[in-house]
Amino acid sequence: MAEVVLTGLGKAYGDGTRAVTDLNLDIRDGEFLVLVGPSGCGKTTALRMIAGLEQITEGTIRIGEQVVNDVPSRDRDVAMVFQSYALYPHLNVYDNIAFGLTLRKLAKSEIDHRVREVAEVLELTEHLDRKPRNLSGGQRQRVAMGRAIVRAPQAFLMDEPLSNLDAKLRVQMRAQIARIQREIGVTTVYVTHDQTEAMTLGDRVAVMRRGVLQQVGPPQELYDRPVNLFVAGFIGSPGMNLVSARLEENDGRFWVSLNSDALLLPESVLRQRPALRQYVGRDVVVGIRPEDMEDTALADAREGEILHSVADLVEAMGSDVLVHFPVDVPPVVTDDTRELAQDAGTDDLPKTSKGTVLVGRFSPRTRIYEGQPVAAWVDTSRLHFFDPATGSSIWK
Amino acid sequence: MTLVAEEVRIDVPVSGAPRRGVVSRAVGRLGNGFVQVLLAVVAVFWLVPVFGLLIASLRDEAANTSSGWWTVFTKPAELTLDNYAELVANQAVWQSFLNTFYIAVPATALVVVMASLASYALSWIDFPGRETLTVVVVGLLVMPIQVALIPVAKLFGAFGLFGTITGVVLFHVAFGLPFAIFLLRNFFTGIPRDLIEAARMDGATEWVIFKRVVLPVAKPAIASLTIFQFLWVWNDLLVALVFADQDSAPITVALRAQLRQFGTNIDMLSTGAFLSMIVPLAVFLLFQKYFVQGVLAGSTK
Repeated sequence: MAEVVLTGLGKAYGDGTRAVTDLNLDIRDGEFLVLVGPSGCGKTTALRMIAGLEQITEGTIRIGEQVVNDVPSRDRDVAMVFQSYALYPHLNVYDNIAFGLTLRKLAKSEIDHRVREVAEVLELTEHLDRKPRNLSGGQRQRVAMGRAIVRAPQAFLMDEPLSNLDAKLRVQMRAQIARIQREIGVTTVYVTHDQTEAMTLGDRVAVMRRGVLQQVGPPQELYDRPVNLFVAGFIGSPGMNLVSARLEENDGRFWVSLNSDALLLPESVLRQRPALRQYVGRDVVVGIRPEDMEDTALADAREGEILHSVADLVEAMGSDVLVHFPVDVPPVVTDDTRELAQDAGTDDLPKTSKGTVLVGRFSPRTRIYEGQPVAAWVDTSRLHFFDPATGSSIWK
Repeated sequence: MTLVAEEVRIDVPVSGAPRRGVVSRAVGRLGNGFVQVLLAVVAVFWLVPVFGLLIASLRDEAANTSSGWWTVFTKPAELTLDNYAELVANQAVWQSFLNTFYIAVPATALVVVMASLASYALSWIDFPGRETLTVVVVGLLVMPIQVALIPVAKLFGAFGLFGTITGVVLFHVAFGLPFAIFLLRNFFTGIPRDLIEAARMDGATEWVIFKRVVLPVAKPAIASLTIFQFLWVWNDLLVALVFADQDSAPITVALRAQLRQFGTNIDMLSTGAFLSMIVPLAVFLLFQKYFVQGVLAGSTK
């Protein structure tokens, strides 16, 4: 076990395209770090550089005490779980798991002991004699995990290990990975494009975009205090609602004007974000998490906390109800939001003419139906603000 | 809720297969029948001459010169094993039979070993000029062996290889390699990159990856290459005719030497041809078990 430290890490290909730029990450011993971002953000390239499968253009990688820039993969003592599992098709489960150990010339009895122990943990004991082609997707995934665990390496590298599983199995395996990692405490770098996986698994989550690290921190911090529009939109599902609004001051009180409605800014927000005062009279991007809204009928709503509209779509999820409703402000379109839409696959959907559609996550006790008026209470103490020009979060 | 479930059940086809219209199904069935008829026709075209050759090898010289092989249907008493007895008793034929082995086995083994090593390097090891080298090697495929016969004969003469089995083997190896590398490299590059990298992460050196991952996975390709290469060398006449002398001549050359003017001794030729077919057939049957579909199945995804 060891810490993994990336300093000024960069990767450029021969044709000049940059995959990773100046990546600095200090992954602590035993930490579970998740690299997350849309496809093409450089997260997999970064992982492959740690693995030694990709040449480093600039910067250094240190694993434990050793700078491994020029150390071949086989000598780095890290194990990788591939998205495709990459099991040896001609070997049975036992030999797949034992492969790395036999190469280290361990005693037969030692290998046998360790393989059986790992198989036990992963519930593969009864499948040890089977070839990969006779296993289900979940079993193959577990063999791939076993192959990594059995070696007791300095670090685990996982490249979207769950993306080939169906949704239910993915949730199960997610829990299993988290449990195993905590039990054996091996430093883990985990790459995914699924923000739910990132949030649930990571001790810390690093959000990347176009090869550049945007923010790294514990999941809750990313959720509560995103540094920019991109992180704000990427973390959370459904994503944060982003609207253009004007900040106005009236009788010493600060209002966010959304044309037909206005939200009153509580003192706490202004204390947390003193820089907001400089935006009075200007446009800002306001972020409202769906979770921070509720049906007014079910909330203790006061003046300046309510948005009025008509429900466009009501999605009953059982545990809660997603209510879509338009507000009369132009949608926020920046580089960030475009990329987020692209990643979600919604960039080519027809735009509504009704302004911006917000999504609220309401309690299942709500009595709002499609086509009916909505009065949405907004938890104004949890509003997010971004500079429309830079996309950065407005704090100090 | 039950109502919704009912609707869903109606909408989902029972089997996973896409629904097909009556017309496309009819065309499909017709197409299937057509393919079978075509295959039967091709098989008949192939088998009739071979069958004729077999019958000819079982009739004596007089019978073969006076009537066609099909008369055997009316006069089965003509059939005899005399031709085989005569050929087996012929010392020169036996020697040439052995020579063919001495040529075909090393020529096949060398090509398979060298081509698999080269293909691994050309597929999975990064070194400068790899692409160019691949193009050059595979480009040699277009080189007809006929243009090389005279220069190589001169070269062999200078090195004392002319008229030796070694010379014949070397020539076969040299001209077998481009295709062999082409075939194996195509297969090797088709092996998922993840599999190679997984082995690398597991601590394998290039040699271990080659030996313990690539070779086992590439068995079908190597089996086909072995069969092809062996058949070509076994059946070769031209190269042996040019480079082998009397003592190193393989069976193809020896059989040709049996030809009388106008090729009238069909009885001996057909017998020799059948004897020489036994070995390639055995090789084919031996290796065909490796043509198992989907060796890579289950490796990834």
